[in-house]
Amino acid sequence: MHKKLVSLALAASMGFTATAAFADTLEDVKAKGYLQCGVTGGVAGFSAPDANNNWTGLEVDYCRAVAAAIFNDPDKVRYTPLTSTERFAALSSGEIDVLSRTTTWTMSRDTQLGINFAGTMFYDGQGFMVRAADGISSAKDLSGAAICIEQGTTTELNAADYFAANGMEYNPIVFVAQDEVFAAYLDGRCDVYTTDSSALASERAVKTSDPSEHIILPEIISKEPLGPSVRQGDDTWLNIARWTYFAILNAEELGVTQANVDEMLGSDNPSIKRLLGVEGDFGTPLGLDKDWAYNIIKHLGNYGEMYERHVGPNTAIGLERGINALWTKGGIQYAPPVR
Amino acid sequence: MANQDATPEVAPKASFFNDPKIRGIFYQVLVAALVLSAFYMIAVNTAANLERQNKSTGFDFFWSTSGFDIFFTLIPYGRASYYWEAFLVGLLNTLLVSVIGIFFATILGFLVGVARLSKNWIVSRLAMLYVEILRNVPLLLQLFFWYFAVLKAMPGVKQSYEWLGAIVLNRRGLYLPAPQPDDKFIFVVIALLIAVVGSFILRHWALRRLEATGKRFPVLWTAIGVIVLLPLLAWLLSGTHMTFELPVLAGFNYRGGLSLPPEFMALALGLTLYTAAFIAEIVRAGINAVSSGQTEAAQSLGLKDNDRLRLVVIPQAMRVIVPPLTSQYLNLTKNSSLAAAIGYPELVSVFMGTTLNQTGRAIEVVFITMLVYLTLSLSTSAFMNWYNARVSLVER
Repeated sequence: MHKKLVSLALAASMGFTATAAFADTLEDVKAKGYLQCGVTGGVAGFSAPDANNNWTGLEVDYCRAVAAAIFNDPDKVRYTPLTSTERFAALSSGEIDVLSRTTTWTMSRDTQLGINFAGTMFYDGQGFMVRAADGISSAKDLSGAAICIEQGTTTELNAADYFAANGMEYNPIVFVAQDEVFAAYLDGRCDVYTTDSSALASERAVKTSDPSEHIILPEIISKEPLGPSVRQGDDTWLNIARWTYFAILNAEELGVTQANVDEMLGSDNPSIKRLLGVEGDFGTPLGLDKDWAYNIIKHLGNYGEMYERHVGPNTAIGLERGINALWTKGGIQYAPPVR
Repeated sequence: MANQDATPEVAPKASFFNDPKIRGIFYQVLVAALVLSAFYMIAVNTAANLERQNKSTGFDFFWSTSGFDIFFTLIPYGRASYYWEAFLVGLLNTLLVSVIGIFFATILGFLVGVARLSKNWIVSRLAMLYVEILRNVPLLLQLFFWYFAVLKAMPGVKQSYEWLGAIVLNRRGLYLPAPQPDDKFIFVVIALLIAVVGSFILRHWALRRLEATGKRFPVLWTAIGVIVLLPLLAWLLSGTHMTFELPVLAGFNYRGGLSLPPEFMALALGLTLYTAAFIAEIVRAGINAVSSGQTEAAQSLGLKDNDRLRLVVIPQAMRVIVPPLTSQYLNLTKNSSLAAAIGYPELVSVFMGTTLNQTGRAIEVVFITMLVYLTLSLSTSAFMNWYNARVSLVER
């Protein structure tokens, strides 16, 4: 019943909210004094409240980076934890300004939901986790398995595709919230837990009593480009969302870090000068200050630093950079230049 | 208004603008126009906003491939099925759990309601405890409790309980043999139909005879006999063969047979126990509402205990019971939408959850879902009103 009310309220608010409310998101955000950011309810490393109840993670750092670009203060963010079924409605109704929640960039979402993706923060793929005791070593052995899945995700569709393509049967046990999906798997309702492989690693590291009891199968069955998205129809806001991400990538490529950013202000490299606002003005066209990128890096560091801080090999989650390394280091993370 | 209509000649001749009748019409038209224009504004504004956000709209998605699977369906369904089939799956699953819930909640509710009036102190206190606990804990919480209680109580697949090699119980559900009738089984079905219709005719005849001659006829026992014997006879004579598909362990789990997943069991259990508590109170109130004078009168007529309850007290209690019972049936049907939380694929989960999310057609999907619940509620209510009219006191 509760969900019904939310949807009703959504339908009503879509009806009533005047056109002007969506037109200039930057002005709205500046006027209210904080950024409203939609995040995952709790996937360690991506977005989860820490011991002090502060949201942390890679997705959260993106929200903080946008706030730093606008306000020169990464704390001017309020978070809305969303389930996969709520996220798009929350964005299109204006409840949040930006959606930074493990959301896969797909064609139908891009073209039919009235949203725009800002970039691919994390290149991921869907994997399977099983109990080590079951003695499974390949996804090809999963015929007839009960599989725990989060509702309304690309995961749900990929699983259907994969099992159909391989002529296998399965039972999809579908829940609304990720927590319930994983709890049902741990309780033995399902043989398999499937989601993006980064989230599998995260859940295994943080939510199991003994991570060695669960294995992640080698097969990756899909492409999952995960990235932040905004409402369609506000190009300025899309530019801010997009260039916040490009700025942290460029910073890593140019070797600008949180530690050396002040030093780098004196750099002779024109690319660094443009990025940090020493030469030229790349802020005003975005509606921001000249040193917007400097502010992001000063507060949060570059992409590589964020990655290492939250999901990298030295964290509990322990994900190698893999294809998420920069293009200069064998990965596919690549940002257009600031010029 | 009514007074003035009744005595139009006496009403003072007012000017056109002061005429109460004209004024009444004027304000009603005004209110109607305001409401309609509000709806129109919402519709136009919504359409404009959707247009500007470049969102696709319309009901055409019903005929596109859904691309997802559902594990518990009453009709064949797979990833290549259309969205309207997904809708149908959800609707049928909602109806299934509602009908089963209503059936068992009614039986349990009547038993507990009568138990609360029992003269046995322990029985009535136990019934009271049941009602008070179940009524005062939120249903969603109870569903979670039952789901995880059901799940935890069951053995893993490898340690399944097995009875006679045919009934299997494990964490994935309850597996029963699935009957596989052959072509000749239709005779048995026809025999059953004839027996049921015959029983109604018998009841009618027995009532007539009772009124005419005062002689009683054991209708119930005869009917049960006929309903059991006739299909059995048809079975033997037609030579039909019924085979059973047994659940067999294959790979991860048992396959074949009929399976009831724990999501379904938890939901049916939760809805039944919760609603039964409310029905019990309604039944208690209904029986209390029949004055003790009625019982005494029946006693003085020399009616047996059984007949006194069946012919005098219950029929009068039903007048009080049926209207609130209707709203409990409606509640149960609507509450089944909470199933989305425990993974049972009913309408809200399949349609307003997965379908809405995969298509992004929020307004269309929410609209259809509301329409479905409205239709279900109105038809339940229409049926119960018809029944109420039948059992209500005939005033002469």
